[in-house]
Amino acid sequence: MPLDVDARVIANRRLSADYNVVAFEAPAIARAARPGQFVMIKTSRGLDPLLRRPFSIFEVLRDETGAPSGISIFNKRIGAGTSLLAQVEPGERLQVLGPLGRPFEPVDPPADAWMIAGGVGLAPFLTLAEALAVRRTRTTLFYGARRAGELYCVDLFDALGVRVVLATEDGSRGVPGRITAPLEAALGERPLGEPVKLFVCGPTPMMRACAGLARVHGRACDVSLEQVMGCGLGGCYSCVVPARRDEGHPHHTRTCIEGPVFDAQRIVWDAMQPH
Amino acid sequence: MDLSVTIGSLTLANPLIAASGCFGYGVEYGDVVDLASLGAVAVKGLFLTEREGHAPPRIVETPSGMLNAIGLQGIGVHRFIAQQLPALRARRATVIVNICGTTLEEYVEVARILSDADGVGALELNISCPNIKEGGITFGCSLPGTHAVVSAVRKVTRLPVIPKLTPNVTDVASFARAAEESGADAISLVNTFLAMAIDVHTRRPRLTNIVGGLSGPAIRPIAVRMVYECRRVVKIPIIGMGGIATAEDALEFMIAGANAVQVGTMNFVDPFIWPKLMDGLHAYMAAHGIVRLQDIVGTVDTTARQNSWISS
Ligand SMILES: Cc1cc2nc3c(=O)[nH]c(=O)nc-3n(C[C@H](O)[C@H](O)[C@H](O)COP(=O)(O)O)c2cc1C
Repeated sequence: MPLDVDARVIANRRLSADYNVVAFEAPAIARAARPGQFVMIKTSRGLDPLLRRPFSIFEVLRDETGAPSGISIFNKRIGAGTSLLAQVEPGERLQVLGPLGRPFEPVDPPADAWMIAGGVGLAPFLTLAEALAVRRTRTTLFYGARRAGELYCVDLFDALGVRVVLATEDGSRGVPGRITAPLEAALGERPLGEPVKLFVCGPTPMMRACAGLARVHGRACDVSLEQVMGCGLGGCYSCVVPARRDEGHPHHTRTCIEGPVFDAQRIVWDAMQPH
Repeated sequence: MDLSVTIGSLTLANPLIAASGCFGYGVEYGDVVDLASLGAVAVKGLFLTEREGHAPPRIVETPSGMLNAIGLQGIGVHRFIAQQLPALRARRATVIVNICGTTLEEYVEVARILSDADGVGALELNISCPNIKEGGITFGCSLPGTHAVVSAVRKVTRLPVIPKLTPNVTDVASFARAAEESGADAISLVNTFLAMAIDVHTRRPRLTNIVGGLSGPAIRPIAVRMVYECRRVVKIPIIGMGGIATAEDALEFMIAGANAVQVGTMNFVDPFIWPKLMDGLHAYMAAHGIVRLQDIVGTVDTTARQNSWISS
């Protein structure tokens, strides 16, 4: 059951000119949050911008006793709302509604978990990595960006014991090129008897490519989709994606309540709007 | 305090209604809102059969508002009755079903089917959606069309019939009168204003559908004016809407002439808005010594303005 919290900003960690991490005091949301869920944040007090913005829960923050005390979000400055979030100061209060959406379903050993992130698509994976660490599931993060300066927070994954494979399009760090290349190689090398599940979040072409690789290699694959959302609760039908139902026919399906996590093979990638 | 409103054979406990298309089928909000505490829930527009709606992007934000071109995606009347209505009944929601049609016959058929279902409180006729090409708004933009749909639906149902008017006409009051003369129990207004937003860098429309409907606080003063104009020509109850964000906004509509109000866009912004609106109505009634909220309907005092010595 989602809550709306008038949440105090505890910290705004600026990672670069375009990226920052905003931490909120929100114990009730933090306690209820499951990996891959999101919150809807009102980025201003007034009517402009009017609508809330969806953000993956990036971290669940804990107090000295280890109890959940807040959440953070991973913000990329794109439009009006994300620009306001880039500038928030500790002590300010914003309305945070959540947790929302269908979470990731982590896997248990002997299955491995491979998380594939592109750019701001890193956002839902820290909470998933924590859940996987608790289960002692061997976890790899495949993380791609345009250049080295746009790879963030890798240390947080290192600290959880996640194996990290990096790629940059300009070759400035990790494997040169797209992250799908090392993923494809790893899928090719993995014996079929050793189960692995893929979890993907990033630009649509990247998710589509990963979904294709998972299908060819016969591996389970979840994608976390980011769509423009009006309400986050299933009220407005603005965040739809073409997804197949049980009978196989595709329907416009609400990302906010049936997702954001979908089985990649349910998505009709040909009909997805690129973004 | 008495906040109740009567619309034909239906009595609502209070005048606060969730606007169609802004509250899913109501059940989506079951965890967040006590559905029984609302005057009513107007569910998403329904055709006879399932519809997929437009390709995304379907919404874009504008100053103090938003454009939408959802394209009336919906599960169709049969699945609604089988899957959603029982859940709404279980939560003791008063249900207003927003009905659509591409033809006159479709409106009539959908109305007939819903009239036989258990748990429908009223029918709101969507003759005003700006986002679909065929049917709908073509009825709502012509006086004979409005007359034809309302009287045809009137003949096949005993449920209260509430045509929902479009603001995209020159003289909304004439449509209000046509609705009343055709046997409507009430009217609701306004639906969204046909509008457009363009990305100047790509020179492309921001919505796949090119145009969409403007809603939210940006439209409120125009909607209030339209309710005021309609109140002067019809006796039947008016359900007013357009950008309501606070109890004061709701009261403004009522004083202009609305018997009840709907809240759409601002429910997206704050799904916990409903108890706040209710508290605000109670506080206003207490502060002004009002026992029956209906007593304020249409009480806008325009005399002082008209008698001003400076006017020529
Ligand atoms: C996303 C969205 C979907 C809507 N869908 C419908 C609909 O299915 N049927 C209808 O009669 N009105 C629909 N409307 C119009 C609203 O019910 C309401 O008339 C309008 O938005 C003005 O109220 P508001 O400013 O409080 O949102 C929709 C509005 C929005 C924003």
